[in-house]
Amino acid sequence: MDHIDMQQIKNGEVNLGTSIMAVQFEGGVVIGADSRTTTGSYIANRVTDKLTFLHDRVYCCRSGSAADTQAIADMGHYYLQMQAQSLGSAPAVLTAASLMEKMCYQNKDQLSAGIIVAGWDESGGPSVYNIPLGGGLFRQPWAIGGSGSTYVYGYCDATYQEGWGRDETINFVKNTLALAMSRDGSSGGCIRMCVITEDKVERLFVPGDELPRFWEGREVLGEAKKPTINRDVVPMAVEV
Amino acid sequence: MTSIGTGYDLSASTYSPDGRIFQVEYANKAVENSGTAIGLRVKDGVVLAVEKLVHSKLLIPEANRRIQAIDKHVAMATAGLLADGRQLANRARDESASYRDNFRAPAPLKYLADRLGSYMQVYTLYSSVRPFGISTIVGGIDENGPSLYVIEPSGVFYGYYGAAVGKGRQLAKTELEKLNLSELTTRQAAMEAARIIHLVHDKAEKHFELEMSWIGDETNGLHLPVPKDLFAEADAKARAALEEDLE
Amino acid sequence: MDHFPTNWGRPRNDAFDAYGTYPIAQRPYNGLKDAFAEGVQHTQQPIVTGTSVLAIKYKDGVMMAADNLASYGSLARFKDVQRLHPVGTNTVVGAGGDMSDFQYIQSLLDGLMIEEFTEQDGHSLGPAEIHEYLSQVMYGRRSQINPLWNALLVGGFKEGKRFLAYVDLLGTTYSASTLATGYGAYIAQPLLRKAVEGNEDKLTEEEAMQILEANLKVLYYRDARSLNKFQIAKITAAGVSITESKSMDTTWSFAEGIRGYGSQTQ
Repeated sequence: MDHIDMQQIKNGEVNLGTSIMAVQFEGGVVIGADSRTTTGSYIANRVTDKLTFLHDRVYCCRSGSAADTQAIADMGHYYLQMQAQSLGSAPAVLTAASLMEKMCYQNKDQLSAGIIVAGWDESGGPSVYNIPLGGGLFRQPWAIGGSGSTYVYGYCDATYQEGWGRDETINFVKNTLALAMSRDGSSGGCIRMCVITEDKVERLFVPGDELPRFWEGREVLGEAKKPTINRDVVPMAVEV
Repeated sequence: MTSIGTGYDLSASTYSPDGRIFQVEYANKAVENSGTAIGLRVKDGVVLAVEKLVHSKLLIPEANRRIQAIDKHVAMATAGLLADGRQLANRARDESASYRDNFRAPAPLKYLADRLGSYMQVYTLYSSVRPFGISTIVGGIDENGPSLYVIEPSGVFYGYYGAAVGKGRQLAKTELEKLNLSELTTRQAAMEAARIIHLVHDKAEKHFELEMSWIGDETNGLHLPVPKDLFAEADAKARAALEEDLE
Repeated sequence: MDHFPTNWGRPRNDAFDAYGTYPIAQRPYNGLKDAFAEGVQHTQQPIVTGTSVLAIKYKDGVMMAADNLASYGSLARFKDVQRLHPVGTNTVVGAGGDMSDFQYIQSLLDGLMIEEFTEQDGHSLGPAEIHEYLSQVMYGRRSQINPLWNALLVGGFKEGKRFLAYVDLLGTTYSASTLATGYGAYIAQPLLRKAVEGNEDKLTEEEAMQILEANLKVLYYRDARSLNKFQIAKITAAGVSITESKSMDTTWSFAEGIRGYGSQTQ
C-alpha cells in the first residue's frame, strides 16, 4: 500500500485561521475570538468556540490546527487538574502557560499551534501570555494572534492604553476583533468573549449581524452608473 | 519493643502482629544516634543549624557537611546516616529542578516535602530495601514566605515553626519552645540556633563542629551558609553563655 | 472511477485545485518517492527571531548590546524582549536567532547554575566554562540534525580576565576582542574592529558605550529587523549590570530637500 503523505493531509486539515485576543485590566482579563473554522476556503463551522477552558480562572485562545490545539488544550486541562489537586489550590496562569509552552516547544516539528493563555490567579493577578508558533513564552498586557491579527497590530498599538476598566477593555477587544474579521477572510462569524476575574468567568457574545461596523469602502469618483432604459426606443423587429 | 527478636523485625514489608513495622522504628534509632539538627522558622526567614559530630581529628574541617543546598531557595539539614542524607538531597535537587523546568517557577516547600515524603515512604514497602535512616529538616522561602518541614523515615512530614531532630532533640525542642519564633529576625535566630546547638551537645561526646545556614531578606532569597563574622559572633556568644550557666 | 482507495475522500487542496477540476482519475501520486526522502524531519526553521548582538572588550571588562525586538517574519511582533541574559555574576549571554530556543538555553543555563550553587564548594562557573558548555550543547544538537537556531555571544569578566566568544547553531566557536552576530557581523564588525582593536586596554566605559550605540544606530538604519530600543550590558570586576531599555536620536532632516532620483529638482 502507498504511503500516506502527511503533508497532503495537513493541507486539508481543519484550521482555525483565526482572530484571537486577550487583554489584561485592573482586576481581570478579557479574552475574545471570532467563530470561524475553515478547511481551505470552506467554512467548516461558523459558530466555533475558540475560548477554551483550562482551569477555573485560566482560559486559552486557540489558533492554528484545530486538531493540534484541541489536543494541547486537553492535555493542559488534564495537567492543571492534577496540579490543582496536588497543590490544593488553583494553579497560577504562569503554570498553565509554562505547561502549554512546553508542549508547543518540544513538539514544534509536528504542531501548528499559536496559543494565548490568559486568566487570573492569587499570586500574579490578571495576566496574559502569548505562545507563538514554535513555542516561546511572552508575557504581554495585550496579545493578539491568528491570521487576522496581522491586520490590526497598528489599530491595537494606536488604541491600547493602560489603566482601562472592564467595559473599556471589552470594547477594545470587540472592536479589534471586528476589524480583524472584516479584513481577514479566514476569520468571521460571531465574536465570543470571556471576562475572567477573581469572582467569576463571564461569557459575552456578539452575533454576526451585530458586529461593530467601521468604514466599509465607498465609491469616491461620483455615483456608480445605473443602467438607463429609454422607453421611447422600440427594439428592432427581428425575423424569426 | 517486646516483640523484638520474634522475626517480625527483619523486613520492612512485614508487619508485626501488633501492627508495627520494626524496620522503620530501627531507622528512627539511627536518627537518634546522630548529632542534633535544628531549624528555626522566623519572621523574615529560616535558620538551620547542625551539631556535626566529628569522629576523627584527621578530618579536614568543614568536611562532610550535613546542611546541603537543594536549590537557590531551599536547603536541608539531616540527622542520621550521612549517605542517606546525600541520596535524599540529590533526589530533592532533581525534584526542584524538574519543577522549575515544568512550571518556570521555584518549587514551593510544601511540594518538595510532599515529594520527598512520598519518595521515602516507598522504602518502607519492600523487603529488598531498607528505610532511610534519616530525619530531614527542609527549610526555605517560597511564595508564601518562610517555611520549615521535617520528613521522618516513615515518610510522614510535618510543618514546624521550630524543629529539632537527632540526639539532643528533646532539650532543643524545650529551648525552641521558649523562643517567640514569629517575632525573631534571622540574625537573632542565628544567635539562638548556635546557643541551642552548643547547649544540647553532650560534653562526654566526641568533638563537634557547628554548621549553620540561613535564608531571608539578608541573603536576598538565597540559602547560604551564615557569613563568617556572624558565625564567629554567634559561636563565641554561645560558648560564653554556656560558661555562664556552668558557673 | 478512481480505483486507488488512498485517493478517496481526500480533502480538496486549495493550493493547486481549488474547485476540484483536476480529473479525479489523474490524481497526483501522493506517496513517498523515497522512503528516506524526508528522514526524521526536524531541521525546523527559526520563527520568532532576534537580530544582531554586539560585544566588545574595553578597559574594565566586556560590554554587550542587543535591541529589544523579537520579529515574526517581517512583523515586529514583540518589542520588549531582553536578549541579554545574565548567568551568575560574571557572565552575560546575548542571543540572536530563534527566541524560543534562546528561552530554552536560558533555562538550561539557569538549571546549570543552580546545580553549581548547590555544590557549595566555593567554585562558580565563569564565562569560559559557560561558553564551553554552550558549544557542546550547540554542537550536540546540530549533530542530531536538530539545531538550536541561535548565534550566541558569551561575554564575561572573572579573576581579572576579560572573556568574549561566539558560538552558533553549528557549534562553530571563535573569540576576538570585538564580535557581532547576524547583520551586525556584516555591518558592525568592521566598524567595531576599527574602533576597538589595539585600544582594548584604553577604552573607557563611556567610550565603549559610545562605540556600541554608534553601531546600533547604523544597524537600525540598515537592518530591517531591528528596533531603536535596546539594552547594554557590562561585565566588570564589579559584576554584571544591564541597563534599562533605551533609545537613541536618529538623523533624518537631511532627507527633506531630496527630490526625485536623478536630475529632478522640483
